[in-house]
Amino acid sequence: MKHIVIIGNGIAGVTAARHIRKLSDHRITIISGETDYFFSRTALMYVYMGHMKFKHTQPYENWFWKKNRLELVKAWVKRVNVDQKEVLLEQGQTISYDQLVLATGSIPNKFGWPGEDLDGVQGLVSKMDLELLEKNAPDNSTCKRAVIIGGGLIGVELAEMLLTRKIPVTFLIREKYFWDGVLPAPDAQLISQHIKLHHVDLRHEEELDEILDNGSGRVHAITTKKGERIDCDFVGLCAGVRPQINFLKDSGIETNRGILVDRFLQTNVPDVYAIGDCAEQREPVGERKAVEAVWYTGRMMGETLAQNLCGNPTAWNPGHWFNSAKFMDIEYQTYGWVWNKPKEGNAHYHWKEKDSNRAITIEYHLATRKFVGINTFMIRLQHKQFDQWLSNGATVDEVIRNLDLAGFDPEFYKKPFEAIKKDFINQSQDSVLSH
Amino acid sequence: MGVYQRNLSLTGEPPKSLNTGQKLFTAIGWAGMAILLMAAFNVNFPNKTLWLSLSLGAISAGIIGFAWASYKDKSAGIKNDGVWFKSISGRGIWAWLAILSLSGFYVLLYFYPQYLGLVEEGENKGVIALFDPLSKLLNGGPASQWFVYGTLYTIAILSFGIKFIWKYRHNSYEVIRTTSVMFFQTAFAFIIPEIMTRLNQPYYDFKNIWPLNYDLFNGYKLQEFISHGSFGVAMLIFGVLSILVITPILTYKYGKRWYCSWVCGCGGLAETAGDSFRQLSNKKQYAWKIERWVIHSVVVFAVVMTTAVVYSFLKGNESASSIGSWNDFQDKVVFIGAQEDKPVHEVVLAAQSAGAQRVIYLDRSDATEPLSLKDTSGIEIPFDVVKAADNGQGITQVQEGKQATLLPMDRSQADIFIEKGTQSVIYDNLWLSKELFIWLVVGLLTLVFGFAFIFRREQLAKDAKIGAIAYFVIVIGILLYTYTDNSSRLFFFESWKLNQFYGFLIGAVFSGVIGTGFYPIFGNRVWCRFGCPMAAILGFQQRLFSRFRITTNGGQCISCGNCSTYCEMGIDVRAYAQKGENIVRSSCVGCGICSAVCPRGVLNLENGPLEGRINSESVLLGQDPDLMALLSQNKD
Repeated sequence: MKHIVIIGNGIAGVTAARHIRKLSDHRITIISGETDYFFSRTALMYVYMGHMKFKHTQPYENWFWKKNRLELVKAWVKRVNVDQKEVLLEQGQTISYDQLVLATGSIPNKFGWPGEDLDGVQGLVSKMDLELLEKNAPDNSTCKRAVIIGGGLIGVELAEMLLTRKIPVTFLIREKYFWDGVLPAPDAQLISQHIKLHHVDLRHEEELDEILDNGSGRVHAITTKKGERIDCDFVGLCAGVRPQINFLKDSGIETNRGILVDRFLQTNVPDVYAIGDCAEQREPVGERKAVEAVWYTGRMMGETLAQNLCGNPTAWNPGHWFNSAKFMDIEYQTYGWVWNKPKEGNAHYHWKEKDSNRAITIEYHLATRKFVGINTFMIRLQHKQFDQWLSNGATVDEVIRNLDLAGFDPEFYKKPFEAIKKDFINQSQDSVLSH
Repeated sequence: MGVYQRNLSLTGEPPKSLNTGQKLFTAIGWAGMAILLMAAFNVNFPNKTLWLSLSLGAISAGIIGFAWASYKDKSAGIKNDGVWFKSISGRGIWAWLAILSLSGFYVLLYFYPQYLGLVEEGENKGVIALFDPLSKLLNGGPASQWFVYGTLYTIAILSFGIKFIWKYRHNSYEVIRTTSVMFFQTAFAFIIPEIMTRLNQPYYDFKNIWPLNYDLFNGYKLQEFISHGSFGVAMLIFGVLSILVITPILTYKYGKRWYCSWVCGCGGLAETAGDSFRQLSNKKQYAWKIERWVIHSVVVFAVVMTTAVVYSFLKGNESASSIGSWNDFQDKVVFIGAQEDKPVHEVVLAAQSAGAQRVIYLDRSDATEPLSLKDTSGIEIPFDVVKAADNGQGITQVQEGKQATLLPMDRSQADIFIEKGTQSVIYDNLWLSKELFIWLVVGLLTLVFGFAFIFRREQLAKDAKIGAIAYFVIVIGILLYTYTDNSSRLFFFESWKLNQFYGFLIGAVFSGVIGTGFYPIFGNRVWCRFGCPMAAILGFQQRLFSRFRITTNGGQCISCGNCSTYCEMGIDVRAYAQKGENIVRSSCVGCGICSAVCPRGVLNLENGPLEGRINSESVLLGQDPDLMALLSQNKD
């Protein structure tokens, strides 16, 4: 019976632990300094908004861990000694391991902005961040205005959160439209409009220049690259995240942006593995990025690694890309790849319902008409169906003709599929005519 | 977290504070309530119609206006901001005050209606008197506490229903479902029964199905149905078909939601007025274990009690022609019914020889003239003819040994007064004999039990098997033992005592005082989840034999927990969703809120083929090769 030590009790580490337990009787220890028990990081926003209490973000009851013989240690890890096969905790104890899993997740990006370490300036990734937010922005008399930097998923979530406490929000986005590095222009515009509708002071093509000190180490304003000064009591740094790997310095474990792993999720050091946000693939899989800070990726890496550690060597080979998010009221799902601008040889088909937020964008290959991917807004679609279409190499025509097979909206919802079909045929004819 | 939250709760800050409109309409609503309260404290309002309209109007306007002020400036979408910060929905001081007043109201309603102003003989007083004009308008008679309750209940479902529709206006399923419960409450529970009363028909809420409507087969109710001729009998047949035929078919097709969240009145109140409390249900596994035992015990109790009352109703169900000196009628009142074998005066003589105190003939026909004896020679005991239709209540009272007054058919005669403690027997020839009835019950229970154990054995958890076998053996055992024992008391107790105890414990305390009174602490479905025997039967059908399930969308779940938090039935929806499993649970009422609050579009309520409905070995999409399949292989 070997001792597997997992650093990090997020989705990656906990999934690995659960699956190792399903497959084996190895001794499993999970170390985390953040919380006693696993919680869903994606749900932190709902705690601040009052939709849930923190305990509701915990997917397993507290007895679960003991019952499944998952030992939990609440501590921060100071160092890893790969020669002794030991983990050194902040408090001074050591825990020895036979195999070590690094699943330490992410921390908010900072780019050396002047004032980025002032009080009232923070990101939103961990439970500590949430507690800090309650201190920094509990209400609109303590926090008269908030500024959010960076147009990603966490930024829009933070904006939504602050709005529930009626805190005015200024949202600085480097791009022309929200998330347009990922979303095609019409999709990005749709989201930008929606954010503005919620009375967010959304500034496109605007960047942070400096965060100003009120004289006692606390933020009281920012200036933008365009030279504007905005008074505020809070700055949310949401310009992406990066792997949390500081404690591995000089450990002998090779890192770049993240912890470098091979296809079997193993680092350069034998018996040391890395999964989730903190891992960086030496050879990225397909179109995927080397570092993928995505919930689903963390979960799937945990599943894969459990196989590896239990005598069933399995390469990290994720299936078709999928993701989802919610921008205020707009639900978004994506299956396959839709690039912000069509890849060479590809085209986009875009449909939007008049006076509503229902829209789709499909990317397909022009020559073969092969379906590449879909973005869908306010229309719930079935993962399984798209997975099949992507595996079978379905054409865009086949997908659009059969879209209703993939419908996942609740009963009695007006189905948009006939309208999409008609519009798609019209557009194809138009393009034939114009040739 | 906790530390900061306490600092936070200084005074009402967003999102828990009320805006001006919300404050205004809260005041209007409370003004309406104040009128009712003043009436309850015997302020005598001169123009009752006016003040009642003012009061009910203000309450409705307050609720609907509050909804308008809450949602008018918000875009369509999920509106749970601050739910856990608000005192009323987050188990704060207002929640505790609310359960005190709500459950207090239920205690008055069930046990002390006189304090609400009920006067059995004579003019009502207090708040009940205030409702007299409306009652007279609808059913022609003065109000009772039940009329007051029914009116307020309907107003609550209608007003909070409008609020709910506003809140979920982006969700067609919720809008249509809520319209349905509003309709069924107003038409079926409120207006139609009142009008039927006015038309001199039995009071019957057609959608209130046994065993939720536990009194449906009670003696006085059966008397009432049978004595109303073919229309009454049709209602009785509908009542039996509702539970034995209509319910299984609809539950098979749509799951129990067709009833629990589309039709039922309890469900209607829970979904509308109770919507603010759905997050308070307990999601822990122990709560689920308690739930399974308690709710199934209630359904067993309901079956036992109903079997006993029907049996006792049928007890004297033998032809009066069989009466002879061998009967022990010492000092008993003997009821007889029509039969064709023997002249009535001979039956009376036979009863007299067996020691009867008096004989009462129950007339169930449409005759206008009372039957008279052809020969009265030798008859020394009193003989009376009464219309069964006019004396349902009185006959039941006599059967229960209470004091009673019966109205003779010949109105020129004096009322028949029966003293408390007088024993009685009924020889009234109905088509269903008590023997046949008992065997029907045994047969039906065996059929249900056999179906579950033969065809669904692999789906029953261990404790479910133990519980089912234990209950089945005990119930059938006691039934057969007491039946052959000749004590004529099924299940050891007199049936009316069982009925009374059930009515007190389950009908009043559980469903009312706790079930609704405790909304703000235990959530809005305490009764439906832990107590309702109808929900238990529907849940059994739903779990083992229904096309309904909640499907999950591949690998899209992020385990956020919104679904579990807002499940009013305390189902840990997330536990299934994050594994990619369908949710097939007895308790699910199909309200659709888990699907609505899911931020990633993972959950969907669907009807589909039985095959593959329960997929506990399901695959979470996203991997290649399929690791979950590997996992299950490796396990073997």
